[in-house]
Amino acid sequence: MSTPTSHTGTAVPLRRDDVDTDQLSPARFVPYFRPHGFTNILFADWRSDPDFVLNRPEHQGASVLVAGHDFGTGSSRESAVWALQSAGFQVVVASGFGDIFRDNATTRGLWTVEVDHDVVEELWREVEADPWLPVTVDLTSRRLGFRAAESPLRIDDPLLRRLVRPGDRIAETLAHVADIEEYESSRISRGDEERAR
Amino acid sequence: MAKTLAAKLWEDHVVRPLGDGADLLYVDLHVLHEVNTPSAFDDLREAGRTVRRPELTLAVEDHNTPTRDGGQEDLAGRRQRDLIRANCAEFGIRLHRLGDADQGIVHVVVPELGLARPGMTIVCCDSHTSTLGALGVLAFGIGTGQVEHVLATQTLPIHRPKDLAVEVSGVLPDGVTAKDLALTLIARIGTGGGQGSVIEYRGSAVRGLSMEARMTLCNMSVEAGSRAGLIGVDDVTVDYLRARVEALGTGEDLADAESRWREMRSDADARFDDVVRLDGASVRPRVSWGTNPAQNLPLDGRVPSRVDFTSEQEWSSAQRSLAYMGLRPGQSMRDVEVDTVFVGSCTNGRIEDLRETASVLSGRKVADGTRLLIVAGSAAVRRQAVAEGLDEVFREAGADFRTGAGCSMCCGLNEDRLAPGERAASTSNRNFEGRQGRRSRTHLVSPRVAAATAVTGRITAPEDL
Ligand code: SF4
Repeated sequence: MSTPTSHTGTAVPLRRDDVDTDQLSPARFVPYFRPHGFTNILFADWRSDPDFVLNRPEHQGASVLVAGHDFGTGSSRESAVWALQSAGFQVVVASGFGDIFRDNATTRGLWTVEVDHDVVEELWREVEADPWLPVTVDLTSRRLGFRAAESPLRIDDPLLRRLVRPGDRIAETLAHVADIEEYESSRISRGDEERAR
Repeated sequence: MAKTLAAKLWEDHVVRPLGDGADLLYVDLHVLHEVNTPSAFDDLREAGRTVRRPELTLAVEDHNTPTRDGGQEDLAGRRQRDLIRANCAEFGIRLHRLGDADQGIVHVVVPELGLARPGMTIVCCDSHTSTLGALGVLAFGIGTGQVEHVLATQTLPIHRPKDLAVEVSGVLPDGVTAKDLALTLIARIGTGGGQGSVIEYRGSAVRGLSMEARMTLCNMSVEAGSRAGLIGVDDVTVDYLRARVEALGTGEDLADAESRWREMRSDADARFDDVVRLDGASVRPRVSWGTNPAQNLPLDGRVPSRVDFTSEQEWSSAQRSLAYMGLRPGQSMRDVEVDTVFVGSCTNGRIEDLRETASVLSGRKVADGTRLLIVAGSAAVRRQAVAEGLDEVFREAGADFRTGAGCSMCCGLNEDRLAPGERAASTSNRNFEGRQGRRSRTHLVSPRVAAATAVTGRITAPEDL
């Protein structure tokens, strides 16, 4: 199975910083604990405003969300990732991400693409001028492209590898079970294991 | 070579490098709660796997638990409770359920039970696992997919964060708490300031904090963008642990352990990737005005206006927060009236927090039209509060000191919620939109400020009373 390493789609300009996971997936929906059925959860409280950007007809079908600083801060909530994916997003572009959110997103194959804030600003302006502007994210070349512009994007190697080669992480780890057992017995002999009880 | 505490903890737990920049890290204790875990167990079962080390796994019911006698979880809460019970029974995992003597908020219960000890790695499906770093433990929150991974393997593939030192010189003035220090730091470095780093709190002002205050500080590392906070082991840590173990009455001999614990501090000339310096003496009681924890200021301050921001983007974010919070630029924070005061949560729901609250409330009354809700972080904290007669103080003051323990109004998953538009001073850690109920408005404060605010019905420091 080959995993796509490039994505092109239309974008939603979400002019907000510090979008926390309580907005992505308000706590009252967290009990819906399976990765489906999340469609109406994303930004549930903001969406009650008819002018909210995600409600606009021109942004229906968009797959790239463009936000400001520190996207995905707050609770460790994988439902925040499912909420974005259920709403059709494949990529979030922002000028910074909460660490736990970024990890959770990567686990579930949602791309978190970090760029300089002026690139975010430019992208906001361009998409507001032309909501159907195609935006391309290419993981292998680490470029974000729109119109003629191309910008480098930041994504650490380990995250990138997990995105382009998802696989069964647990099976990969269990392939090292001999190392895990050896580690465990070395700790027991040091008396360390006792303290974990 | 001189090493940071984070480096020692990390290197001690690497099972093997994975060749892609990540390490396979061993987990000494895996903690679960009823939210965020059901689908991890479902996926584990579906893949035909099992829990590798159930005896290194512990579960607690805390997020949905009712705190009132006769209180009920809602349907979803009940379902999560049933699932954690069934999952723990199936896989042989120790569970502290509602009604159990050791039940409470995970991050309060784990140190109470003497389970967090210097040199360990602890992970949990909850971002405030960072609390445990106060004990020289590498402790951080993980997502549901990672929970499944740890259940199946007792390890986690992860890349090593950077080392950020936060050096706090001097001593905190009287009446200034670890909560105020945490808010000061977050206002300074922002909600993303610690991204990609472990924060080690250092310096005389940190050394001067009690163990519980250190937990408050490490707890809010995640509000500064860090996954984990750390404090090196010293006499305060060792005394705390000895007292805990003694209280548990296991007769455990700690002599060997103590010498190992004392190695859990950064070497004198260890290098950090970055250093932030704060002057402890200049920290003041703080209160948040906006909808993220970095939007906070000293109690003496005024709600910010255009001139307080350098960019249009920041100002427009601030305006959105102000509109949500129903505040006017330039308004004095001390004029802000609240409907509810909440004392509790994993940030400030420990016994010292309740003592501080009681010391301010003693001989005073909660203002008419204001409600004060106090929820102990654990059943043990509540028992201790009663043993010390704090419940009497709370009752005489007219506070509602709940009989149960748990997250309660911190996240509004049980029935303890703010009504739409309602405003609270809260000792919890997040003032996000809707955090304490739909359209709720939250002002983050310390327990002392919370108690004084309950007395006047507006944002107040005990010194103002
Ligand atoms: S008290 Fe609040 S922040 Fe702490 S674990 Fe519970 S919900 Fe999370």
